[in-house]
Amino acid sequence: MIAFNKYYNKFNILSVSLVIVSLLLLMFKGLNFGIDFKGGTLIELRSTDSKINVSSLRDNLSQMNLGDVSVKNFGNETDFLIKFENNENKNVIEEIKKNLDKSFGNNFNFRRVENVGPKVSAELLRSGVIAISVALFLMLVYIWIRFEWQFSLGAIVALFHDVIVTLGLFSLLGLEINLSIIAAVLTIVGYSMNDTVVIFDRVRENLRKYSDIKIFELTNISINETLSRTLITSVTTLLALFSIFFFGGEVLKGFSLAMIFGVIFGTYSSIYIANTVLVRLNVSQKTVLREDKN
Amino acid sequence: MLYFSKLRIIFITIISLLFIIFALSNLFNFDNKILNKKINLGLDLQGGSYLLLEIDNDPVIEQKLQNLTVTIRNYFKEKNVRITNFKLLNQTLSFTSDENSKQTILDEFTSEESELNPYYQRFKSHQLDIVEENNFFKVSFSKQGIINLKTSSQDQALEIVRRRIDEIGTNEPNILKRGNDRILVELPGLDDPMRIKSLLGKTANLTFRFVTNDTESSFGAEKLEFEDGTEEAMVSKRIILSGENLLDAQPRMDTENNETVVTFSLDRVGAKRFGKATSNGIGKRLAIVLDGKVISAPVIRDTIATGSGQISGGFTFQSATDLALLLRSGALPAPLNIIEERTVGPDLGQDSINAGMIALLIGFILVILYIIVKYKIFGIITNIALILNLFILVGVLTIFEATLTLPGIAGIILTVGMAVDANVLIFERIKEELKSEKNNLIAFDSGYTKSRTAILDANITTLLAAIILFFMGSGPIKGFSLTLGIGIFTTLFTVYFIARLLTVLYVSKNKEKEGLI
Repeated sequence: MIAFNKYYNKFNILSVSLVIVSLLLLMFKGLNFGIDFKGGTLIELRSTDSKINVSSLRDNLSQMNLGDVSVKNFGNETDFLIKFENNENKNVIEEIKKNLDKSFGNNFNFRRVENVGPKVSAELLRSGVIAISVALFLMLVYIWIRFEWQFSLGAIVALFHDVIVTLGLFSLLGLEINLSIIAAVLTIVGYSMNDTVVIFDRVRENLRKYSDIKIFELTNISINETLSRTLITSVTTLLALFSIFFFGGEVLKGFSLAMIFGVIFGTYSSIYIANTVLVRLNVSQKTVLREDKN
Repeated sequence: MLYFSKLRIIFITIISLLFIIFALSNLFNFDNKILNKKINLGLDLQGGSYLLLEIDNDPVIEQKLQNLTVTIRNYFKEKNVRITNFKLLNQTLSFTSDENSKQTILDEFTSEESELNPYYQRFKSHQLDIVEENNFFKVSFSKQGIINLKTSSQDQALEIVRRRIDEIGTNEPNILKRGNDRILVELPGLDDPMRIKSLLGKTANLTFRFVTNDTESSFGAEKLEFEDGTEEAMVSKRIILSGENLLDAQPRMDTENNETVVTFSLDRVGAKRFGKATSNGIGKRLAIVLDGKVISAPVIRDTIATGSGQISGGFTFQSATDLALLLRSGALPAPLNIIEERTVGPDLGQDSINAGMIALLIGFILVILYIIVKYKIFGIITNIALILNLFILVGVLTIFEATLTLPGIAGIILTVGMAVDANVLIFERIKEELKSEKNNLIAFDSGYTKSRTAILDANITTLLAAIILFFMGSGPIKGFSLTLGIGIFTTLFTVYFIARLLTVLYVSKNKEKEGLI
């Protein structure tokens, strides 16, 4: 049996500081919103001429009065991702096409064009925030129906920890937040909850079984009993996610990365956060038995 | 938990086979209508354009209030009520009257059977709101009035958008209402949306009006630019003929001048008016105005009584074709703005399919190998269930002819990763039970029973997340929530019916064997 409970305090301090750092990052550095939430235009280009590179493209586009243009390689040397802010000109894409063809010859394939107006991006951001809030709220309701309030609190604290730290990491690394990241965050919410609930289920079962074991010991027993399941499921999920990350193409990179972070945090938090809340609230056999009577 | 009746086994087999057949129907073509269902590929996988259009209703509101000015003036003239100082500002029409008429005016507007201000009978709310202060009246559209106006202009716009897109002939366009002032257009397989965008961006409001110097006429005149921006002309506001009177319009090569023109034919009313105007106006210039810009303003040389004519304006064949198309399909009630556009080229779509399939295959193989290493014979059982799970999931998607997107494929891969969770929970529990229970059958039975709540909890939480995503998300994300959500049900089915059945068969043959799992 591994003595997870030996490190409860240390990891709690770590988690609290991680959350604080994440919140500070979110407040001061903010998130790198993609065009879904900020509005603007995105063009994915493939060139057939290997001599064309990021800087020549950037020089060319900067003369077009597009405002702040960002040009990056996307996946490989001949694929480029161009982004700029909302433009008054309705025919801007047509003009870029003409301009590039004139300067570099007919060597471009416009693989993807996305243009999100300011009104739509504001709506998408709002509905994204609502989706995550509703998800958190529903999880709260579900867990509140299923468990005693001490457990619910533990699960919710773990949940917030996972979401905040994942977003904090995205802020730190400057990774783009787009619609698929919202999907990832929601899936993380589900996964983290899932992991916590499985351990809590066991804690409650053990609470009924043993009256003489303190919660500090009891959580440790429960974690150990469910440990192999926790690990196997994390591994298979991570295998699937890494496979998406490495082979699923550029579009899914951000999504799978967010999910990978989320699964790791989710596994960690169900061991070191959800359980420690139970310990700190001094949950005992009485807690579950009282509920049973009701 | 370990007993399966024969009937149930047959039932499970039939259901599984059914879904597998549907899953496989994506690969083959069947003549049968029911069997020949296919999963739809989302725009991100097959390539195509997604356009969200917003109707700009402000000009419509202005126009309606402008028209109302005349109506109100005439209406009260008949009743000998004097109204002066009509003004239209910020979508509010204002006018003044005297103390004696005040009550009459207010009554006319607020009566339940008001002709001037309808809708009350139907919606329990008037079309217009009226406020009065010191004999100064302000009239504007009520909430209900705005809703009705928006809905009707959305209906009209949808029809026109559909006609324009049909004229171009793209395959299986999807044109839907969104809210009460938006239209969603999905055009699968469309590589270059430029032409459609420019066609949808035009209101196509065509009018024939005389060029005039007389700014004093009762209709007024306005200075309009030519389409090519070379000159300007004073054009009367009096409309001789509008696009509504057109029956047909076609591009044609005018062999005389060797240029492309658009020929048109008019309906009876239009032909009559056109004949009258051209006979009265010989020697005058007739401006052909499209969306506030003069296309051309030829001098009238002869009376045109045939009800047909042609428009020249330095067109290329393409622009003449487009103008003819716009004229044929009619004018939009209000300008449309493209507020969101997402276009994926077909080769990127194919790349995404390939990448998704490779990721699925590799993820699948990795999970299968890991599970075999972990659980040996029970790993094989889990994997059989997992493979069937994948087939059934695809089968369900096929039956509903659901739309598969790239995030949807990610949802399937994720399902593969998370689907084993339920079997892992069961097997780990059985292992624990075997520590204290020597009888294999009893240990397996209680392993299944005791792990049930945890499995249910775990899947409900994921399902909640998927449901929220389905209702809040758009396009590709919806595809993700769909596969994730359906995946939960297929997982539970395969775990509790297929994997359990195989487990039961194996365990009942090896009742006495020790260290079974």
